[in-house]
Amino acid sequence: MRLQAPENTVGFTFDGQRYRGVPGEPVAAALLAAGVRLVARSFKYHRPRGIMSAGSEEQNALVTVGRGAQAEPNVRATMLEVAEGLEVFSQNAWPSLKHDVMAVNDLASPFLGAGFYYKTFMWPKPFWEKLYEPVIRRAAGLGGLSGQPNKDRYEKAFAFCDLLIIGAGPAGLMAALTAGRAGADVILADEDTAMGGRLLREVEDIDGQPGADWAADAVAELAGMQNVRLMTRTTVTGAYDQGTFGALERVAGPRQARKPLECFWRIVAKHAILCAGALERPIAFPNNDRPGIMMAAAVRAYVNRWGVAPGKTVTVFGNHDDAHRTAHDLVAAGVKVAALIDSRDDVEIKADFPVYTGAQVIGTKGRHALESIAISHGGETREIRTDCLAMSGGWNPSVHLTCHMNRRPTWREEIASFVPTPEAVPGLMPAGACNGAFSTAACLQEGAAVAADLARDLGLKPKVTVPVADDGAYRITPLWAVPGKGRKWVDFQNDVHVKDIKLAAQENFCSVEHMKRYTTQGMAPDQGKSSNVLALAVLADATGRGISETGTTTFRPPFVPVSIASMGAGSQGKGFAPERLTTSHNASVARGAPMIEAGLWYRPSYFPRQGETHWRQSCDREVGHVRNAVGVCDVSTLGKIDIQGPDAAGLLDFVYTNMFSTLKVGRARYGLMLREDGHVMDDGTAARFGEQHFVMTTTTAAAGQVMRHLEFVLQVLRPDLDARIMSVTEQWAQFALAGPYSRTLLNTVLDDPIGGSDWPSMACGDVQVAGVTGRLFRISFSGEHAYELAVPARYGDSLFRLLVAQAESLGGGAYGMEALNVLRIEKGFITHAEIHGRTTAYDIGMERMISRKKDCIGQSAATRPGLVDQDRDQLVGLKAVGAVKQLTAGAFLFEQAAAPVRVNAQGYTTSVAYSPTLDAGLALGFLKRGRARHGEVIRMVDHLREIEAMVEVCDPVFFDPDGGRARG
Amino acid sequence: MRITCPHCGERDRREFYYQGDAVALARPAPDAGAQAWDDYLHNRDNPAGDTQDLWFHEAGCGAWIVVTRNTVTHAVADTKLAAMVKR
Amino acid sequence: MTEVTLDRIMSAAPFAGLTKPASAALKEQIGLGLSAPGRAISNRRARVIWAGQRMWLVAADVALDGLAAVTDQSDAWAILRIEGPGVVDVLARLVPIDLRADHFKGGHTARTMLGHMSVGITRVGAQAFEVMAMRSMAATLVHELQSAAENVAAR
Repeated sequence: MRLQAPENTVGFTFDGQRYRGVPGEPVAAALLAAGVRLVARSFKYHRPRGIMSAGSEEQNALVTVGRGAQAEPNVRATMLEVAEGLEVFSQNAWPSLKHDVMAVNDLASPFLGAGFYYKTFMWPKPFWEKLYEPVIRRAAGLGGLSGQPNKDRYEKAFAFCDLLIIGAGPAGLMAALTAGRAGADVILADEDTAMGGRLLREVEDIDGQPGADWAADAVAELAGMQNVRLMTRTTVTGAYDQGTFGALERVAGPRQARKPLECFWRIVAKHAILCAGALERPIAFPNNDRPGIMMAAAVRAYVNRWGVAPGKTVTVFGNHDDAHRTAHDLVAAGVKVAALIDSRDDVEIKADFPVYTGAQVIGTKGRHALESIAISHGGETREIRTDCLAMSGGWNPSVHLTCHMNRRPTWREEIASFVPTPEAVPGLMPAGACNGAFSTAACLQEGAAVAADLARDLGLKPKVTVPVADDGAYRITPLWAVPGKGRKWVDFQNDVHVKDIKLAAQENFCSVEHMKRYTTQGMAPDQGKSSNVLALAVLADATGRGISETGTTTFRPPFVPVSIASMGAGSQGKGFAPERLTTSHNASVARGAPMIEAGLWYRPSYFPRQGETHWRQSCDREVGHVRNAVGVCDVSTLGKIDIQGPDAAGLLDFVYTNMFSTLKVGRARYGLMLREDGHVMDDGTAARFGEQHFVMTTTTAAAGQVMRHLEFVLQVLRPDLDARIMSVTEQWAQFALAGPYSRTLLNTVLDDPIGGSDWPSMACGDVQVAGVTGRLFRISFSGEHAYELAVPARYGDSLFRLLVAQAESLGGGAYGMEALNVLRIEKGFITHAEIHGRTTAYDIGMERMISRKKDCIGQSAATRPGLVDQDRDQLVGLKAVGAVKQLTAGAFLFEQAAAPVRVNAQGYTTSVAYSPTLDAGLALGFLKRGRARHGEVIRMVDHLREIEAMVEVCDPVFFDPDGGRARG
Repeated sequence: MRITCPHCGERDRREFYYQGDAVALARPAPDAGAQAWDDYLHNRDNPAGDTQDLWFHEAGCGAWIVVTRNTVTHAVADTKLAAMVKR
Repeated sequence: MTEVTLDRIMSAAPFAGLTKPASAALKEQIGLGLSAPGRAISNRRARVIWAGQRMWLVAADVALDGLAAVTDQSDAWAILRIEGPGVVDVLARLVPIDLRADHFKGGHTARTMLGHMSVGITRVGAQAFEVMAMRSMAATLVHELQSAAENVAAR
């Protein structure tokens, strides 16, 4: 019921029914205004539930917003803003909220207590996963996901400040004013749509003006400060190391196609003040969960801030003076108060409505909405007709963020609740209600004092002026659970009641952590915000201990649920991994080459020609180009590291197993790099361009790792070496020209053609390509006479196109990764498929490359007996010799007669190819004592793909074993 | 988590690559023997308290940094350029 | 957002103990010495941008034989100038460093990340920055900045 007709309303729907609401007010307020009481079904028992709170702590009123791919489940109706056309749906009910068939669970409730599932569905064991669990999960639950990709936009962002103030109630506003006026760089964040906290929800004065007006003035002043950033609709969700905070912003304004819905902030603050206020806790009395039973402060909020009366005849039940405030505010707003029930004996209340002191609510009635309550007063039971009960068991300071770094809060007896333990999170100071200061005056005072301290710490000179405000004492006599029959709900979201907790204690789950896991109290999105202290009190009572001895479970981030979409924002497509494109990318794509990922790079798989319908046809043809004519391949993706300095050669000697200081200028050499533990890290070549100048190449995959490794050597292990390294990978576009006609092709682009003996194998140097200085290397990864020609990247595209056209006129063409792989397997050249991190130089037959004339990384460890054991798996070639020609990578090797089971495995395959050159299925792999077993026929078994083949063990160099083709 | 790079100032942890214990600074001589190399390569303390490890400011200035931090409180007590650490 | 093309970019990494002579030699050649860590300097002829531990990028032809390792980086970088009142908000979507005007002033430069890319960022005006990324990632750089700018603009 609205207290006054609003000026401006918009239409929205709830379960298809049309309602009107004020734009920006919570959907909960609009539903209450429309007299909608039943809004949800509970998690486990499908009990009818209504709106309970007026904030992010809401346990009952979880709804789904939108439909289809854009449906968002488990949104709190208390946080969801009314907007034109908004579609809201209830959850966890079928066929409808009123007639929910699963409500039968509630009738079976005597059997469904805590631990029921574990006890009942234990046997037979396999049934749990296949039958019981899916059925139970379907019955219990919250909103569901659409299963469709979400098209909504989300964001992530970073922010920095000197002072982060979390919460903009009286303490937060006062802290922001104090620090902001002193010139501090402040971020003030609040999860509400407007700043002011309880000042917007209570009737009280500050400096003689209404609290809400004072708050509005404060916000206006703050908004005018350049050094203050106001973030509304932003919940600080977690406190992390070194002053980092997570915060979830619900982006303001109506949903629009390209507008982000939420933004997840990482805020870095030198200091932070927690002004998160306090949350009201329920009282456990029988059937305290009927729609219409609400938190007292929420009732005041709906009345005072949104002009909505949650009922026509309201009853108030509490154990402290704040409850009286509810009754008075209702009367002032013209709402009938049926009764004020105070559990304390020692209070005197004068009022125009019935007052019962020393009384308790012992029962409630009403199926889909509250109709009446029963109270016990002076030994008698009395029934009161009422459609709304405002309850308050006291206030729990919002200590959550102070627990995020694993510190527990401290029990404070006089407020019967926990307060933050000092220094719980370095740099985070609590102030106001979250610190146990419950009066407005105390909140303003603490906010100002803490902010002033921190401002001084920042070298500023703050002035403290605190306005005059209400300073009423908080007098509370704890009331946790009311005696009597019936279920008394403690954790509404998880459907945990007093008896569940007592049962946990009875079954010896006495520790608070065990009780939590046994009953599920305090789990799920709500994280026990409202229920924890009450649950602990009940557990303490059941185990005969005090609450402070009972202790508390810890609060973990996030304070409110954070959508995965916001945390993963920006991490799709290019945002997931940058795309690195070579200069020949466009030309390759234009030729129809499918591009495959190689690390972050995209490289062409193969270049299909007309009439080719299968990649193998293209691949076989490209292999043939290289073996018989000439092929061109972009090899720019290999890491290229420029090394200069007096100790450049010394650095290479130290990181490679073999000698580089003896390499002549104008020559390149193959090098093997080990990790310090003796295993192979990478291989490649280094070319010497000057006495103190080398260019190292790395594999595409290990380029970053090798760069890091070289810096490690120069900075950590050998700071005595005077050498400098710089990646030049991006500077050069480099192409392999491989095949018998490679020199012919090369000479079509060189300004000064080279002769047969000018560039022997492994020669390197500068050349002129159409007037541009390039670099030429006589190196081969195919076993053919081959060169690599590098030019500055800006010329890469045109050189590639030119080379491919010329190669085609010579009967060759471009080749891609597939052909490159076949060519290197035919020659037994290794890649990271073979040097996968567990292989040693000995395993790949290169132990002789470890020079003994110098120290190098990995040299000591490589000599350990275990790493040169002759029983180790050694690199071999494998050739299909049986009916099955197809070999697969990752398959296991067995002796012919052995059963193909793990203990009999003798090795595995790492790379496979069909060799058109040899017309055979080939593989590289590792085999126990493999080098001594050439000629033996063994069995390859791929258990996953169910392929079995007979293979002959041979030398890994299948083709041109003496290497004459590359040298010629 | 934030780490103060001696060159770049305080930066987010995501800019750094974590290597491991700063024992790596004390590489044994080639002939130091199996035990010394075993300790250097594999054996690590697991302190509940202060520890020193090596981080690489990979997405920043490229400095290797010795970070002294507390494994219990996560406090970072000190950061130094590895190249400047006496050994 | 506009592309910046520098005709010549050389990396200069002085050898041990030679930073001062290298800086002096550079000053003679282009009128600028090596900048302090985290700083970029320029004159009409050239620019010098700190690019990491003992590493600078110099937008000019330089010869520092025996003083510093010099490599040609002219084709290695994609540089974008991004400008406008919302520029800090856009970069805050992608870059994990503090770019507030009083912390990251004109002429300040940082090596950091933009999304998952390693970049250099220099403030070149009150509302203008230059972002340098690897040439091969240019398309991703544009894409990332564009979507962040769209998100900011849609608010």
